[in-house]
Amino acid sequence: MTELLSNHLLSVILWLPLVGALAIALIPKRLEQQAKVAGLFVALATFVLSLGILQRFDDAEAGFQLVERSAWLPAWGVSYALGIDGISLWLTLLTTFLTPLVLLSAWNSVHKHVNSYIVAMLALEFGMIGSFLATDLLLFYVFFELMLVPMYLIIGVWGGPRRIYAAIKFFLFTIAGSLLMLVAILYLVFVIKGGSGAPTFNIVDLYGLAIPMKTQALLFFAFTLAFAIKVPLFPFHTWLPDAHVEAPTGGSIILAGVLLKLGTYGFLRFVLPFFPEATYKYAPVLAVLSVIGIIYGALVAWVQPDMKKLVAYSSVSHLGFCVLGIFAVTQTSIEGSILQMVSHGLSTGALFLLVGVIYDRRHTRMLADFGGLAKSMPVYATIFVIVALSSAGLPGLNGFVGEFLILTGSFKTLPWYAVVAASGVILAALYLLWLVQRVFFGPLDKDENKGLPDMQWNELAAVVPLLVFIVWIGVYPNTFLKKMEPSVRQLLTTVEDHHAAIGKLAVTEPDAPAANPVDGVSR
Amino acid sequence: MAIGEYLWLVPLLPLVGAAINGFRAAYAKGEKSKTLTNGVALGSTLLSAIIASFAAWRYGLAKVPYEVVYWDWIPAGLGNVAGGLLGNFNVELGLQIDSLSITMMMVVTWIGFLIHVYATGYMGHEKGYTRFFAYLNLFMFMMLLLVLGNNYVVMFVGWEGVGLCSYLLIGFYYDKTFAADAGKKAFITNRIGDFGFLLGIFLLFNWFGTADYTKVFALAAHDPLRFEGVATLLCLCLFVGACGKSAQFPLYVWLPDAMAGPTPVSALIHAATMVTAGVYMVVRSNVLFRLSPEAMLVVACVGAFTAIFAATIGLAQNDIKKVLAYSTVSQLGYMFLAAGVGAYTAAIFHLMTHAFFKACLFLGAGSVIHGCSGEQDMRKMGGLGKYMPRTHVTMGIATVAIAGIPPLAGFFSKDEILASAFFKRFETLGEPWSWFPLVLFGVGMLAAMCTAFYMFRLYFMTFVGEYRGAAEAGHGAHAGHDAHGHDDHSQGHADDHGHYGGAPHESPWSMTGVLWILAVGSILAGLVGFPLALIGKHQPTYFQSWLEPILLPIGGHAFHFHEAELTMEVILIAASVAVAVIGIVIAYFFYKADPSWSKPKQLAAGAPKLYDVLLNKYYVDEIYGATVIRGTIVLSLILKWIDTNIVDGAVNGVRHVTVLIFGHGSNLVDKYVVDGAVNGVASGAKGSSTLLRRMQTGVVQNYALVMGAGVVLLAVVYLAFEVLGKMQG
Repeated sequence: MTELLSNHLLSVILWLPLVGALAIALIPKRLEQQAKVAGLFVALATFVLSLGILQRFDDAEAGFQLVERSAWLPAWGVSYALGIDGISLWLTLLTTFLTPLVLLSAWNSVHKHVNSYIVAMLALEFGMIGSFLATDLLLFYVFFELMLVPMYLIIGVWGGPRRIYAAIKFFLFTIAGSLLMLVAILYLVFVIKGGSGAPTFNIVDLYGLAIPMKTQALLFFAFTLAFAIKVPLFPFHTWLPDAHVEAPTGGSIILAGVLLKLGTYGFLRFVLPFFPEATYKYAPVLAVLSVIGIIYGALVAWVQPDMKKLVAYSSVSHLGFCVLGIFAVTQTSIEGSILQMVSHGLSTGALFLLVGVIYDRRHTRMLADFGGLAKSMPVYATIFVIVALSSAGLPGLNGFVGEFLILTGSFKTLPWYAVVAASGVILAALYLLWLVQRVFFGPLDKDENKGLPDMQWNELAAVVPLLVFIVWIGVYPNTFLKKMEPSVRQLLTTVEDHHAAIGKLAVTEPDAPAANPVDGVSR
Repeated sequence: MAIGEYLWLVPLLPLVGAAINGFRAAYAKGEKSKTLTNGVALGSTLLSAIIASFAAWRYGLAKVPYEVVYWDWIPAGLGNVAGGLLGNFNVELGLQIDSLSITMMMVVTWIGFLIHVYATGYMGHEKGYTRFFAYLNLFMFMMLLLVLGNNYVVMFVGWEGVGLCSYLLIGFYYDKTFAADAGKKAFITNRIGDFGFLLGIFLLFNWFGTADYTKVFALAAHDPLRFEGVATLLCLCLFVGACGKSAQFPLYVWLPDAMAGPTPVSALIHAATMVTAGVYMVVRSNVLFRLSPEAMLVVACVGAFTAIFAATIGLAQNDIKKVLAYSTVSQLGYMFLAAGVGAYTAAIFHLMTHAFFKACLFLGAGSVIHGCSGEQDMRKMGGLGKYMPRTHVTMGIATVAIAGIPPLAGFFSKDEILASAFFKRFETLGEPWSWFPLVLFGVGMLAAMCTAFYMFRLYFMTFVGEYRGAAEAGHGAHAGHDAHGHDDHSQGHADDHGHYGGAPHESPWSMTGVLWILAVGSILAGLVGFPLALIGKHQPTYFQSWLEPILLPIGGHAFHFHEAELTMEVILIAASVAVAVIGIVIAYFFYKADPSWSKPKQLAAGAPKLYDVLLNKYYVDEIYGATVIRGTIVLSLILKWIDTNIVDGAVNGVRHVTVLIFGHGSNLVDKYVVDGAVNGVASGAKGSSTLLRRMQTGVVQNYALVMGAGVVLLAVVYLAFEVLGKMQG
């Protein structure tokens, strides 16, 4: 047992949810309470084990740690390879942290096929952890696709009235992008890498290959499309509001908290180091889409009548910051981007959870149905305001630190984009304070809202841990930043070195103008 | 004991108080809990003030600035720091003590404490008493962080933090829509300013590689030529932030509405402390501003314009708190005028004296409102001197002080500002715009006259003559007022004080005692800035010498205070007293000598349009409403339409095309693949849910599937050919 934990910690964390899911699937349907407890236990055990990663993690090491590797399809260069570094560390922990909270929040709000719901959630956790831990490209792809199935079912079975439509839309959008990526992956491995030796899907071996600019651009866009849909980046975002509105609360929390981050994570893990030259060349395109997303998402959020749709569009705005930070390609902005991914997972996760709290009581999410709730639910109101402020980037809470690093860093390489993006900070206050005011302030004039019960034990238990980290990241972000720093620095070195090298080569290539390696992006 | 070992207690104690009362707020009820609330809130503030005073005393002994860093707040590793240099990006969480932060700290802690005491009386009957003090303590923490921080980012934390507390306290009566609206307006207008502040911070990191005061100012002062070119943009960005927080044109609109908050809040946050943060920031950044005469000119012009603009609005307001609100905007304009002409010490001097007399005026107004059962319309007051003598005398003293009559506090600070604007003309002799400071001086004089007029108008309308509210007193109806601006305190008090039967009454000692302390301050605070030229000494005033250490020499050139000849000084003093007296005399003839107020009524009738424009505050709110706000709403609605019909519509368009090509054959796929999968998991599900799903798995979904499948198929086929082509080639 000890041996298993010390040599295969990542595998244990990865497979435990799946094993748990299979076990819970065997529990008879009528034993719902037992299934809930078992599910929560599995999720908590996974979380506790994942804390072991923190204990083993070497802050100074930039590359993959706790590595496990064994051949899977040796003829094709595919292996079962896991590892963790400063980029995936916090996203993995976010996943294991959110899953028990999601199960807890659903304690009294999921009423049909309870056992199956827990099975789907744990299967989803398996897919998410696998995506973050895989250091083999094909393995990543398998997990990336695998996640779709439980998420599709969570929306399609436990969702709202238009759940089938939303589920299919979610599924088709994502798979359309990822199939293109699959083609690009195969091309990258067999044509580019395989052209000069044995094909391998080992991610690190694929970093910074010399790829002609024209091909690189095609591959870049194939990968980028898949991840841009996942993020989602404007204009590929229309699946998100539908998915969020129809998904059950737990589905929304996981969707916003973790699933979207696979897009931004994909940019960092694959797009930047695989295609450095294309990254620099097309960074302005991505920056434009990010900035449009930030402003557009915020303004559209502001005029939504439905609370959940408002929060969904705010995600489009917030994730725009993450993508901007990534394509600004600076240490500061990328660290900010990773921190913002975690922050957004906590804040928006908490917002969806809180929207779920009120939906369970009133079975409506329309802003017009509320008003003056601060009087009937003071604790709920206080927590909601704190979370909204963290989402609006109030200094001292988590949202500020990530956005500040992203904007300060982006300002060096993409100054005008950063300026426009910074105005999103005003708009965030606009829509979030509007939401708060419409729901909690003003007279308590609707009879249905009088005498609503305040937060229940399971709801508090789910939201208080989120609040702890919302404050922690705001006050002492170094806990998180210091562990990602070496990996981000190494990523930048990879990108900059190959960019510089290819930049020199490109002088001889007529269709790829040489870029200034020093400030390649500030054109 | 080094100052750093206990300095953190100064901001932290109020935070602890806020936390304790914040957690208690949900269930604290009854008199006993009120005592505990008072103990926590007043105790933490008083202790903080005492420790602050001790730190100030210790600083005074050696006059050595002190900086202490508690932890690295936002370190983000090695990177390109500035100008191609590599370095560690970092934001420290640290505090700093020097003469400027001490001045601010003393004003904030002691005036803050006094207003806490006052509030125990004023808020005594309110629901949410504990919540109120939790917010007030939180405000103290944020404000102290703002003035004590050792870098711009910590200042920004306090800056946004006080904005948050302002939002919470303006909207304290959250169930009243106008109060909640006013809070939101304040926060968002401030955020517009904060956007500028943020850009300023980005520029700092870009050019200096740090936002640390000591490092930034040392770099700028050491190598002024290198930073001269960038200073203008940087300073203007910071100044946008200052305009938001300190309610300067065009971002002042939130402050008058902020009067919807309880009156102690208006006194503490919206007069004495928070709104002066912008002035503090400009003075703190004096090294940067001195590099850019252009930015200084902008500061001076905005300040002067705001001073006269708000003063003219103040002439025609009838709500007692509104008059004081516009007066605050106007006096803040004075402070920026001072900073803009390089009189940084005068700006802080006026900030300090203003804190005394404006806090006294607001609290006095609160006492008046309290005594008149919530009435705020001065036309329904009058003769209150008889009923509330202590409020009358203290507010009278503060009125004389703000009007600029020697030897009260306002006179010295205002005179120093006007004199500085005047002498700026001689510093710039020979330059083409050297006449311009005289315009600023003239505007300042005119605004001083307006101030004296509207303040004595307030005094006469409120305390002198006969009480005009008897007929209506006893109930809180305010028909005919601009209802949205009213402190909701009125309703609450109308109920609580019904037993007074309509006669105005004096407030309790917890309130008037505070008024007396502030009134004494309004008399004496000016003496620290006594112009020594009057006694024949040609040296800076005591206050100027005190603040001199923060005015770093730039490029080896020390900061120079203007020096005046005795004659010149006397002439300027005479002129500034003269304009004040003119203002007072006009107010006397308009509102005291003639109880029917026939002259102002004639004036208003004679120029109805002008009066209307002043009464309606130049319609600025309406203009913003029709342009910026309306525009943003319309834009958002258009974008929402685009999102539904074009961005999402494109998806549907592809679907239609695919359906045309492939027809309805996909029904089978949908039925067996998609629906099948759902059925698989929900295998046990029968009856209603199956039926529901059948109904919804309609035509639209089939189309969507076909659409998606079509796109993917086409793309895969295309790319497959590409890949094959590459492999062969």
